[in-house]
Order: sequence, then structure tokens, then C-alpha cells
Amino acid sequence: MTTPTTPTTSTTALTSPTRARLARAAGGTRTRALLRDRLALTGGVIAALFVLAALLAPLISPYDPAQADFENALAQPSWSHWLGTDDLGRDQLSRVFHGLRASLQVGLLAVVLAFVVGVPLGLLAGYYGRFADSTVSRITETMLAFPFLVLAVGLAAILGPSLLNATIAIGISQVPAVIRITRAETLRLKNVDFVAAAVANGGGDGTVLFRHILPNAASALTVQATVGIPAAIIGEALLSFLGLGVQPPEPSLGVMLSSAQSFLAAAPWMAVFPGLAIVAATLAFNLLGDGLRDVLDPRGATR
Amino acid sequence: MNHYLLKRLRQSLITLFLVSVVVFAGVRAIPGDPALALAGEERSPEALAAIREQYGLNDSIFEQYWRFVSHAVTGDLGVSARTGLPVDDAIVGALPVTVELALLSLLFAVVVGIGAGVIAAVRRGRPSEWLANGLALLGLSVPNFWLGIVLVLSLAIAVPVFAASGYVPFGVDPVDNLRRMVLPAIVLGSGLAAVVMRQTRAAMLDSLSADYVRTARAKGLSRRQVIGSHALRNSLVTVVTILGLQLGQLISGAVVTEQIFVLPGFGKLTIDAVFTRDYAMLQGVVLCTSAAYILINLLVDVAYSVIDPRIRLGGAPR
Amino acid sequence: MTEPVLKVSDLSVSFRSGGRTVHAVDDISYEVRPGEVLAVVGESGCGKSVTSMATMGLLPPTATVTGSVRLGGRELVGASEKELARVRGNDLAMIFQEPMTSLNPVLTVGRQIGEVLRRHQGLSRKQAAERAVELLDLVGIPAPRRRVGEYPHQLSGGMRQRVMIAIAVACDPSVLIADEPTTALDVTVQAGILDVLRSLRERLGTAIVLITHDLGVVADIADRVLVMYAGRVVEHGEVHELYAQPRHPYTNGLLGAVLKPGAEGKRRLPEIPGLVPSLEAQPDACTFAPRCPRATERCTAERPQLDRAACWHPHEVEAR
Repeated sequence: MTTPTTPTTSTTALTSPTRARLARAAGGTRTRALLRDRLALTGGVIAALFVLAALLAPLISPYDPAQADFENALAQPSWSHWLGTDDLGRDQLSRVFHGLRASLQVGLLAVVLAFVVGVPLGLLAGYYGRFADSTVSRITETMLAFPFLVLAVGLAAILGPSLLNATIAIGISQVPAVIRITRAETLRLKNVDFVAAAVANGGGDGTVLFRHILPNAASALTVQATVGIPAAIIGEALLSFLGLGVQPPEPSLGVMLSSAQSFLAAAPWMAVFPGLAIVAATLAFNLLGDGLRDVLDPRGATR
Repeated sequence: MNHYLLKRLRQSLITLFLVSVVVFAGVRAIPGDPALALAGEERSPEALAAIREQYGLNDSIFEQYWRFVSHAVTGDLGVSARTGLPVDDAIVGALPVTVELALLSLLFAVVVGIGAGVIAAVRRGRPSEWLANGLALLGLSVPNFWLGIVLVLSLAIAVPVFAASGYVPFGVDPVDNLRRMVLPAIVLGSGLAAVVMRQTRAAMLDSLSADYVRTARAKGLSRRQVIGSHALRNSLVTVVTILGLQLGQLISGAVVTEQIFVLPGFGKLTIDAVFTRDYAMLQGVVLCTSAAYILINLLVDVAYSVIDPRIRLGGAPR
Repeated sequence: MTEPVLKVSDLSVSFRSGGRTVHAVDDISYEVRPGEVLAVVGESGCGKSVTSMATMGLLPPTATVTGSVRLGGRELVGASEKELARVRGNDLAMIFQEPMTSLNPVLTVGRQIGEVLRRHQGLSRKQAAERAVELLDLVGIPAPRRRVGEYPHQLSGGMRQRVMIAIAVACDPSVLIADEPTTALDVTVQAGILDVLRSLRERLGTAIVLITHDLGVVADIADRVLVMYAGRVVEHGEVHELYAQPRHPYTNGLLGAVLKPGAEGKRRLPEIPGLVPSLEAQPDACTFAPRCPRATERCTAERPQLDRAACWHPHEVEAR
């Protein structure tokens, strides 16, 4: 799927209205870029805070996240428990901090997994074309034929529900997108002059792929990573919510939401705060990703 | 039927074949004796022997696969270990719930997404654009299961307008049916609406600066005609494609949504199958879901060949 | 002599962008009479396209348009979008340089022609379809009954430009603005398009404003010529007179290469040394002075007014 592009004439041949249109677009984008910058910066800062909170969870948590306190079960938010307590009297704030650990761990590992599997396949398909390409396309399509959750459910059924298996399921679900982007970038770069020159100068396939093509595909892949991390965070919460990811009593934002469901009327804070944490974390990463996309991938070629 | 659609049909059949292999192999990949897995809770040696006999587990793997597929084609997907009833009956029973949920949420996503996308593109740089963009970003960042919980909290518990759980067939009581389906449909459709909105906006911005829109204006068409029959019509090709790509998300979302709102649909069937280790059911459900997904994608391709004559008439697609 | 159907007076267009103001068109005036072809010539970026877009009211909101455009008795500068929409495609029509992209790819040719008829003449869907066939026939498209149901990608570039013309003349406009209608087309196809324009002028009495940089086309079809340079009119006149005896050094330069022996076939604008001045500067001077072989101090100090040519040192009319 490509967007229709207006034929680009050389700048000197542009007629004045075209030039004016461009000027207007530039003026519009400047305010936009500024606003985007600020949003991206805010997103980056919040994302960094979340990462920090996850790393330092054991240090900054006021309570032990697993410590039950039945005297204080279902306590409202207060000075001693900022985000209230759950049905077992465990401190919600401490559990949110520790839950973020699981979120980010899955987020990063799943994306790494998707890249490790997807990038080589994408390079293969894009660079060698023909048989390699059609084989990889069939693989991608078969993977896409399993909706993410069905895949995760199947894996959980086969391997048993656990955080690791949830990570694998999320990683696999992101492989097709990585293949697609790597393949598109490889196809594009294969025909760029300097790569063609490298081939003409007798560069081996390995050299061309890893020295010339991969580094130049990096920005598109970085953008994909920033899309992948928040998706994986939501994926982890979702699987844990369904009982297919982190197993209680281990803290996870999804597990917290799952147990909150039984106490919606009595203790709504149990559902509100972990959810807000997920929203804030994904929003932060999405804003950061949007900003990065503008900088790294001006063609917006991530479909 | 033209060349393009035939090609797509062939690809779909190949994918369907691969899917059936993966599903078949998946159940066999479960560690331990497949008879044990298929038996569920009933694990006496006699029962296991009966199952081996029933499923032909003593035959070669190819014979087993062939039997699985040929039975599946006739609609025979085996017997649920949990209920002892045919899997296909359970699936047929769950189908209307999920289909209604999917259609309602699709409707919500298309109406809200395209509407907001057009507004954001046409009112570029005005507050309504920022509002639409902000809502879209929120829609992408709020996981639907949490949105479900929040909506239940606010619209079913705090202000009881809608019901939070249970299913009443539309044929039995349409009003009660909708009262119970509106929240799930919004929950399931919101993420999709956000994606549709973003794509519509991008596609509209593209087509609004296209030469044919200038032509439409030069013809003296009204603003409404220029936007509706020229710019939007062209943008729909992209939007329909995106809808197709997002259907997997919709199916995944349906599983969760049904779980939250306790709807006896496909998703509920799937999750229950996992937790009760009902492998025959799981195999059947996964196969059907994937087959449906492939079919829908094929239909999407047909849909945009209707919208874009260049594809329908065999011209170069762009 | 008949009344002019389109009268443009003192038209100026400027664009604001990032705090700067760019003057794209500076104080130009012209008029066209029914059945007359006026050619507007000049290099890329001289403001000829902006002039036509301003006439149509199709410029973006960042453009400031002053002066007057009178069509029949109606003033178009400052008219509301609604009023303009009633005029466009009806009394005043335009065809563009890019036939490949100017038609909507997802609508049939017949629908795109019919649309304008239904909008301005209130025809029914059926009447509009009938009329679309007649119009395709009028612009010389063979088998119009079949073509009317086809999509733009099934037609060649020349065919598409004919369809654009059919759309433009559907409501029998009094003025047709053709912005480089043949530039994007093959030479062999160009002649056909020009024939269509010529026959429209003869059969319907349509006044045509032809924007082009192809001096061969001008000689072929135009009655009068307007030469533009850097947003201003530098010379105007009857086509034969102006070709025979150009007064302005710029016009002379343009024609020089065309008429020079040995330059046969090279009908495009020749290179004139120097650069087109930046449109930001609007000096009290002749804008052509920096590139002019005849320039004196006066040319950089005082702006020449347009008589036949806007020049302090025009070429003398001489008997050849």
C-alpha cells in the first residue's frame, strides 16, 4: 500500500502556487513540529520515569508488594496507602511499581525476540526475492492468520501459562510487522546507488546486507520498536488479566485489574490506578514514538 | 471473478492449509501423551484406549492429519472433553454472540473513526483537529479491557444505564439485547476507531491536496461534494485496507471483551477451553477463528477492488 | 468591438509565509472578448499560473488578492466561496497542466462530466449521462458511448485532457482558462488538443485564456499575447505585431531564439542569461534590468509603466 505521491519536479520548475503551497505546509508543520517536540519530550520524560520506577521498585516501594494485611483490606487511598489496598490488604502503590517491572521486562524482551526472528527473515525476503520472498510471505501470512490472542492462548495451552510464554507469544505476534518493514526497507535500499555500487564492487552478500542495508534500515526499525514496546506492555497486561501471563501472587498490572473485577463496586480504586499506570506508560511510549517517527522516518513509511 | 481475485483465493487456500497444519501440529506438540490431553479429566486406561481408538492415535501422523482435515471440512471437529458434546455444536451456539459483537463494534469504529478522521483533516489546525487527534491517541493507549472496566464502573454501576453482563438473543428481546451489547461494542470498537481515524485523516490530507480535488473545486462543486464524493471516496481504499489488517485485533479483543462482560461467545469458549485443557475444543475454535479471519481478509480484498476500479479492472494498483 | 467578457484590472497576489511576504503577481490587467484567444506567456514562476488560480478564486487562504476580476457583470475578487462555486465550472472554467492526475481515479468519466451538469444545470442523472456522451463526442473522443463508462486509468493522457476539456465546456462557459494544457503531452497529441480548443472557440464562441511557455503554440492559436516577467506584464499586443516587432528586450530575447535560423524545432523558451529575480523584492525598478542588455541607471531607479511594452528603452519599430 503506497500513498499517491504528487510528481516531484525540481525546485526551480515549481510554479508559484506550488511554492506557496509548500511554504504554507512548511509553516504549518513548524508549529506542529514544535508541539510534537514538546509532546515527544513529555512522553520521553514520563517513559524514563516509568523505567526508573520499574528498576528501583524494591527501593522506592513503601511496602512489600506480597505482604497481606487483612486488617487493612480494601482500604481507600490514604496517606499511608496512596493508592489504597486490595482485597488482601496489599499496598497498591508497591504492587504498581513491581507490576511495571513485569510490563517493561516483557515489553523489551518481546520486541527483542520479534527483531531476532523478523529482521533476518525480512532481509532474506527483500534481498534475495523470488523463492525466498514468496516463502517468507507465506510464513508471514500464516502468522497473521492467527490473531494475537489466539496465538497466545494456543501457546499457553501448549506450554502452560507463564510470563515467559506470554513474552514469547507477544514477541511472535510482532514478528510479521518486523518482517514487513525490514523487507520493504531492504527492497528500497537494494536499488539505492551506494548499495548498488557496493554490489558492483564485488561486496559479498553478507557485507552488503550488514554493512550497507541494515544500518540504513535502522531508523525505520527504531520506529517499529517504539510502536512495539507499548503494544507489548498492553499485551502483557492483557494476558495476565486473562490469567495467561504473570501468575498470582506475583504482581502485574494485568493481574491487579483481574482481581479488581470482583470488587468494582466496593473498591473501584483497585481497578482505576493500575489501569491509569498502563495508560500513562503506553501513552508516554506512543508519544515518544510519534516524535521519533517524525525525526527518523519523515516519509512516515510505517504501514 | 478476475485474475486478481483468483490469485487472492489461491493464496487464501494455501494459508488455510498451513493454518490447519499448525493447529494440528500444535495439539500434537503438547508435551506428553496426546490421548491424555484429549481425555481431559477422565484418565482411566480404558478411557485412554478408547480415545486412542476414537482419534486413531495409533495411525501414522499423515493419516491422522488427513482424518482431522477431512472431518473438519464436513463440520465434524470432534467431541468436547469437558461437556461431551460435539465441538461444532458449541461453536455454532457461540457464533451469533461474537458475530453480533463484532458487527456492532465495527459499526461503531467505522462511524466514529471515519467521522473524526474527516473532521481532523478538513479542520486542519483548528481545535476540533486537536480534539480528534487527542481522542485517537487516547484510544490507542487505553487498553480495551481497562476501558471495559471503567465503562462498567461508570455506566453500569454508578449510573446504571446499561447492563454489565450476560447475553439475551436479539430475537428474544431486542431492547435488552442492545442494552447489554452497547458497552461491549464500544469497548471492542474504540481501539479500532482510533486506528481508522488516524488512517482516514492521513488519507484525507493526501487526497485533499490532490489534483483531482482541485479539479472538483474548479468545477464549482459544493464543499460537501468535494469532500464527500471526491476526497473521501479516494481515502476509503486505504481505510478499508487498514480495517482488514486490524481484524485480528478485533478477534483478540473479542476474547477479552466477552470475558469482561460475561458473553457466551467464541472468546469465552476459547478461554474456557484453555483452562479446562479441552484440546478438541481448542483445536476446533482456533481453526474456525483463523479460517474466519482468512475469509474476512479475502472479503476485504474484494471490497476494495469494488472501491478502486484500478484493481477491479486489472490496472496497476497505484 | 464587443464588450470584454472577462476584465482583470490591477490584480496583485501576495503570499505570506513565515513572516515574509512574496509578491507573486504585481498589478496586472488584461481583458478577453468572446471568441478571442489570449495567450499568457512567460518562464516558470513568472506568475502566470497564480494569475489564473486567482481569477478562479482557487488560491489557498494564505494568498492575499487585490484588484478586480469582472466576469460579465460580476466581481469575483472578494466574492464568497458559495458565489464563486456558482460561477466556477459554469461561466468560468479551467483545465490544468496535469491530465494524468486531474481526474478522480475512482469515478467514471461520465460521472465526472455529469457531476458538473447536475450541479449547474440541474439535469437528472439520466440527462447528464446523455449529455456526457455528446460532450465526449464534441471533444473528439471516439466511441463516446463506451468511453463514458470507463475510468481515467483506462484512457491515455491525451484522452484524459480531452475529458478535462469536456468537463470544462459542459456548461458552455463564457471563458475557459487553459493552464499549460499541452505541456504534459506528446507533441503529436498536442496538435489534437489545440484543434479541439480552436473548434470550441469557433463553434461556441468561448473566450480562451491560454497559459503557456510554448511560443509555437501561441503563434498557432492565439489572437493576442501577454508577456509576463517576474509577476508583471512586460509587453502585450496582437500576436502578429508582437512577433514581428517585439518592443521589450525580454520579449525580444524570447523570440530571438525561436526566430533565429537553425533553431528550427526548438520552440521552447530560450535561456536568457541571469536569474529570475526573487519575488520577495519589489523594487522601484524594472525587474528585468539585472538581465537586460539595454539596461541603464534609470532602469534600476524607476519602474517603467506599461504602454505596449513596460520598458524605458524599447526596441524601435523599424521597417524591415
